[in-house]
Amino acid sequence: MSIQIEQPNVAQLPELRQVGKPLPRIDAMGKVIGTTKYAGDYVMPNMLHAKVLRSNYPSAKILRVDVSKARALSGVACVLTADDLPGDAMATDIPGVTGTAKRAGTDAPILAKDRVRFMGEAIALIAAESLDFAERAADLIQVEYEPYPAVFDPLEAMQPGAPIVTASAFPGEEPDNIVSRWRIRKGDVEAGMRAAEVIVERTYRMPFIDHAYLEPEAGLAWVDENDVLNIRVSTQVVEHFRSIAAALKIPQNKVHTMGAMVGGGFGGKEDMNVELFLGLLALKTRRPVRLIYSREESIVAHSKRHPFIITHRTGVTRNGRITASIVKMVADSGAYVYLSPYVLLYAVATAVGPYRIHHVNVDGVAVATNNTFTSAMRGFGAAQSCVAYEQHMDEIAKELQIEPRELRRINYLKTGDTTVTGQPIQSAVWLEESQQRAWEALGERTPESEHMKIGRGIASYIQSYGRITWFHDTSQAWVGVEMDGSVVVRCGVPDIGGGQMNTLAQIAAEVLGVPLNEIAVYGTDSALTPLAGTTTATRQMYMSGNATYQAAGSVRKTLLDRAAQYFETEPDELDLANSTVFVKSDPSQSLPLKQLITVCAAEGLPRSNLSLFKAPFTEKLDPETGQGNLFPDYTFGTHAIECAVDMETGEVKILKSVGAHDVGRAINSAAVAGQIEGGSAMGIGYALMEDVQIVNGITRAATLAEYLIPTASDIPETRAIILESGSGMGPFGAKGIGEPSLTPVAPAIANAVADAIGARVDSLPLTPEKVLAAIDRAKL
Amino acid sequence: MNLKIVTLQVNGRTHQVALAPNVTLLYALRDLGYTDVKNGCEKGDCGACTVMLGDKIINSCLMLAWLAEDKPILTVAGLGTAEHPHPLQQAFVDFGAAQCGYCIPGMILSAKGLLDEHPQPSDEEIREAISGNLCRCTGYIRAFEAIRAAAEQIALQGDGQRVMHPLPGAMEEEPANVIPQDDSRGVIE
Repeated sequence: MSIQIEQPNVAQLPELRQVGKPLPRIDAMGKVIGTTKYAGDYVMPNMLHAKVLRSNYPSAKILRVDVSKARALSGVACVLTADDLPGDAMATDIPGVTGTAKRAGTDAPILAKDRVRFMGEAIALIAAESLDFAERAADLIQVEYEPYPAVFDPLEAMQPGAPIVTASAFPGEEPDNIVSRWRIRKGDVEAGMRAAEVIVERTYRMPFIDHAYLEPEAGLAWVDENDVLNIRVSTQVVEHFRSIAAALKIPQNKVHTMGAMVGGGFGGKEDMNVELFLGLLALKTRRPVRLIYSREESIVAHSKRHPFIITHRTGVTRNGRITASIVKMVADSGAYVYLSPYVLLYAVATAVGPYRIHHVNVDGVAVATNNTFTSAMRGFGAAQSCVAYEQHMDEIAKELQIEPRELRRINYLKTGDTTVTGQPIQSAVWLEESQQRAWEALGERTPESEHMKIGRGIASYIQSYGRITWFHDTSQAWVGVEMDGSVVVRCGVPDIGGGQMNTLAQIAAEVLGVPLNEIAVYGTDSALTPLAGTTTATRQMYMSGNATYQAAGSVRKTLLDRAAQYFETEPDELDLANSTVFVKSDPSQSLPLKQLITVCAAEGLPRSNLSLFKAPFTEKLDPETGQGNLFPDYTFGTHAIECAVDMETGEVKILKSVGAHDVGRAINSAAVAGQIEGGSAMGIGYALMEDVQIVNGITRAATLAEYLIPTASDIPETRAIILESGSGMGPFGAKGIGEPSLTPVAPAIANAVADAIGARVDSLPLTPEKVLAAIDRAKL
Repeated sequence: MNLKIVTLQVNGRTHQVALAPNVTLLYALRDLGYTDVKNGCEKGDCGACTVMLGDKIINSCLMLAWLAEDKPILTVAGLGTAEHPHPLQQAFVDFGAAQCGYCIPGMILSAKGLLDEHPQPSDEEIREAISGNLCRCTGYIRAFEAIRAAAEQIALQGDGQRVMHPLPGAMEEEPANVIPQDDSRGVIE
């Protein structure tokens, strides 16, 4: 293993002083010396310890919940069931976007009352003087269940007569299990198919995936002297305070959520986790309450990445031009809807990948089952669609006997093209550039040996950064210069480890010309920092980065305007660097920032600015055709893989992994490379080993001994190729990379394995058993 | 349950705590405020709770606190400070090896255990040493590089850490043979 980064300046962007550099992050030292606090590290005097009693059945009626013995146990402060709650449902939709393409009445209950719909659903809450007491109390709660007809396969769940998971319906329709539908109708697919010389149809499947962040869900809540409910929680979304207030029936300004450094999120801490439980217990007991999930509880009870079944039927000419594409997608939404409608939309909107196809029909459905609920995970549907469309490109290439890279080049979107929903792409589309560089970086082909076949594969992708534009997304940041010349950034961004806060610091450092270590970032607080929106959807660098850029720019303007008077020149003639303002043409004419700020303060000039950044606002897609603008912008790139397959055992070993992505402009190139390296590792897990194995509603892989994620021994030679078109919508022309870095990895691996063995395994993960079976099939 | 007064020596401090026999070292340490010891699974699968007990690297979730008496315990907070980081800690910063950081205390201690035993480890030994420390963010590459770089630096300069470095406010007197952090006497280990 070694760090391998290429950062060719293809677009000849001007060099900046701090942006783009691999500076050590402001959050790094605390993490290595152990002073960084995570939500579960906080304690308070008189603190109670909480425990959640969960369902042992994936589908059952609850006949009786008897908590009398638990309540009577000494050391127990409080036991709550559904009967004790002020409201019954938790808002599981995206805050502020209720009812979009989703049926009412499918929100998850806070605590199950009459029915449980998946194994691990919460039934009762306990707060006790110690964790021991809480666990003993949980053992004393008697729940009488009556098993209820269940359905675990989304295809069966769509059949007439299937057990209904949540009894609700689109207006005017009978109840069924379809919780969301999206469609795209573009061009004339029948005409497109008639123009085809070859039609290729295949189906691809993906399993349930767990986020497997190293920090299980955790939080601490207390009611303060002003009757404010304070909740410190490991979350990607401090804005959940509004949903918490609604569920607890208290005013929104009496709920204060604050994060801590999040020990990994990946979308799994996007929905609420412990917040509501803690709020209920703290309000009831008026004492601080802490709740930390065990690993098993985390795996059983939190959301999963949606399994998809995706069928592609593609018409293509002999020379490789795709004439029409029909895609059908079925996503398992599990027992409750959560973000399934949006995950499905991301999948549908990227169903045909980064290709220019004139005639397209896509139909996607998300289907309720009695499996663990599914929701956001890195890639958010666009990762699953890529697993299908990029394997399918290789299948088409095989049919046509065209080189897969060539087939892609023939059909790639180009700069200036529109997406399949008809949205003009505003930024550069560097697909060919990324493909060429990723492929070349694989270098010399590893020689084969007797039982070891070598295979190579690539995958390209289109993935949005920033939220769906009809959500009308905003972010705010406050930037100020202190009297000693140090800089404060206040922005409600939760940092989930991607360097979200450091990114803001590095942007402010560049704009204000101060060293990175002179910037302090205060974030992730719903009351004390300006709301910045969720750390999801690859949006914080874009949204909060722009808000910080604007706010810092405003402060910079004040400083330079005042300095221009001092130097008797124009502000344009001045610059800021190394905490000094100076005349560009004669840097010997300079003034320390500290002195300039003293003057500004003495004269009452504003030394700070609060700025709001607005993403583009659009109308919803046309519901019949799926046409319209959907996202602020898109990231493009290609991943290339070389693997070895043991033809005797079916084992796959990844030898080389190269991610080449146009990130617009890297804010911190080490952090960008870190995303690409981490995305590569997570993609290796997705392709080869990860599967939550929910069988008949029961989670089989509920520990990290059974749910296997890559270890240091599974990591191949990995190279990050950072391309910078400078064309993105983020500050300095940056594009998002957090989710995109994962998206193409698993399909590139699947293509490499298929290349090695001459046959395709159509479902992830590519276990040795499946690979051996495919090898055997290929021999027939 | 029978409580017993247990003496735990952590990062040069001495604690006496009444513990039930089923309390793991992980819980005992975290309850004492050593929150740099992370809880990731409580089954020995993830390595986030790694500490050094004597000269051995252990998962503190698999060790009962009663059995950790009389041996010095080192957590990552005892390895160095922001002013005087251990070479491994500095290398993890310099190479950008931490993303969310939750796995990092355990991984650094696993690396410390490796370098104590094998000051010049092979690449395979480094991989193996941290293969019990799961990380979901980084892909391990930067941690690997950081460990290799730290090993080279320690080989040149020593790590100044042969004896545990007491935290500020430690109650015990400093051991007589402690090597000051800034002593670059060029020890080859």
